[in-house]
Amino acid sequence: MPSDVLVVGASAAGLAVVESLRRKGYRGRITLLGEESGAPYDRPPLSKQVLAGSWDAERTHLRAPAVLEALETRFVFGERAVSLDVAARTVRTASGRELGAQAVVLATGLHPRRLPGLSGTGGVYVLRTLDDAVRLREELLRAEQTVVIGDGVLGAEIAATARETGQDVTLTGPQAAPMEMQLGADIAERLAALHIGHGVRLRPHTLVQEVTSSQGRITGVRTAGGEILPAGLVVEAVGGVPATDWLAGSGLALEDGVVCDSHCRAAEGVYAAGDVARFHHQALGRSLRLENRTNATEQAQTVAANILGESRAYTPVPYFWTDQLGVRIQVYGLPTPTATVHIAEGDVQEGRFVARYEEAGRPVAVLGWNMPKHARLQRQSLLPLYTSAPHPEPATAMR
Amino acid sequence: MKITVDEEKCCGAGQCVLIAPEVFDQRDDDGIVSLLDATPPADQYDVVRESASVCPAAAIVVSEDA
Repeated sequence: MPSDVLVVGASAAGLAVVESLRRKGYRGRITLLGEESGAPYDRPPLSKQVLAGSWDAERTHLRAPAVLEALETRFVFGERAVSLDVAARTVRTASGRELGAQAVVLATGLHPRRLPGLSGTGGVYVLRTLDDAVRLREELLRAEQTVVIGDGVLGAEIAATARETGQDVTLTGPQAAPMEMQLGADIAERLAALHIGHGVRLRPHTLVQEVTSSQGRITGVRTAGGEILPAGLVVEAVGGVPATDWLAGSGLALEDGVVCDSHCRAAEGVYAAGDVARFHHQALGRSLRLENRTNATEQAQTVAANILGESRAYTPVPYFWTDQLGVRIQVYGLPTPTATVHIAEGDVQEGRFVARYEEAGRPVAVLGWNMPKHARLQRQSLLPLYTSAPHPEPATAMR
Repeated sequence: MKITVDEEKCCGAGQCVLIAPEVFDQRDDDGIVSLLDATPPADQYDVVRESASVCPAAAIVVSEDA
């Protein structure tokens, strides 16, 4: 068992590693290093309650100060990690500080992806941090028209929240319908109808080429098809890039995330958890990187267990939820584009149902549309696929 | 041990029910957490702490000294 642990990244995954270690009775020294200066906060509410203005910033804090204190952890906040020495297991920060431990956990999350040609333009906003959300909220109150670029989960949530606060909002993206990749064509079409029914303007199959402006103010965006969509506020939500830039040259394998084995190990004594971690899912027999909230904590628990010598493979049933325009969607498993979708419970017309995604008669995912409990009860049908006997793991998974 | 849940924060993921079904359930209509036992017996402490830690909405607060 290591005498000390250093966790790099103080968001949901990083904090969960610390909590998990302590809950398992670990008494060694723990340091939690975070780039942002405030208390660790939760991200899912940023595009919902914080953007809507129904929660103040403090309500997003993951733990009360007394709970953090009880973790008996050294919190080093407001310091960015700039390099890792894998062999020595030391991390250097932007201010030149050197932190080391016998076990190091990488949980640095994502940076928002930026479209070339848009970044650096005033009036174009991204949403990743609490500060981003608070700033975007202020802009939303000022703007008359908003264009959201990006039809993934975050873009769809931002458009929904903006619409709920009375904004004139257009949601653009390359897919036929919002979240098609996450939901499949059938259900994404339902989501599109929901947005249209609430007055969100949808521009599917649309790529944005550039921002148009006049006298230093944004006036809209120009699509690849030449259409101008007027906007005083443009939000870019085109996905995230794993925050591994600081690990370049460390010797760790970096391929769309920190490459880990099935036990979330990137190297001897080095682990990764959360959005940044690519791991080998033994039951699926392939590598995965999951960008969702429950993955952050579940993977963190596995990492904590493995730091303490449990040798536990990480084989999650992926799960995410989203709340948009009064509809609560829960997804267990990974819907595939070729899956057949059956309505297993409820009624589509009544706006409450559970859908089952099947490949060759085998369930691969379950979706709840305003039926969270019923969807969760069907999660069980996915266990054979996601927790079945291990597939052989490529020997190169870990360096 | 005393448990409190924040229904407004709860996102209906049901992780707590998967971990500690004797302490937590979900409402049938909207999936929001319902607390079956706010002061559970000692044999439930571990799973309750795990539920609080895993909750993706940080909606479960455990007071240990109550």
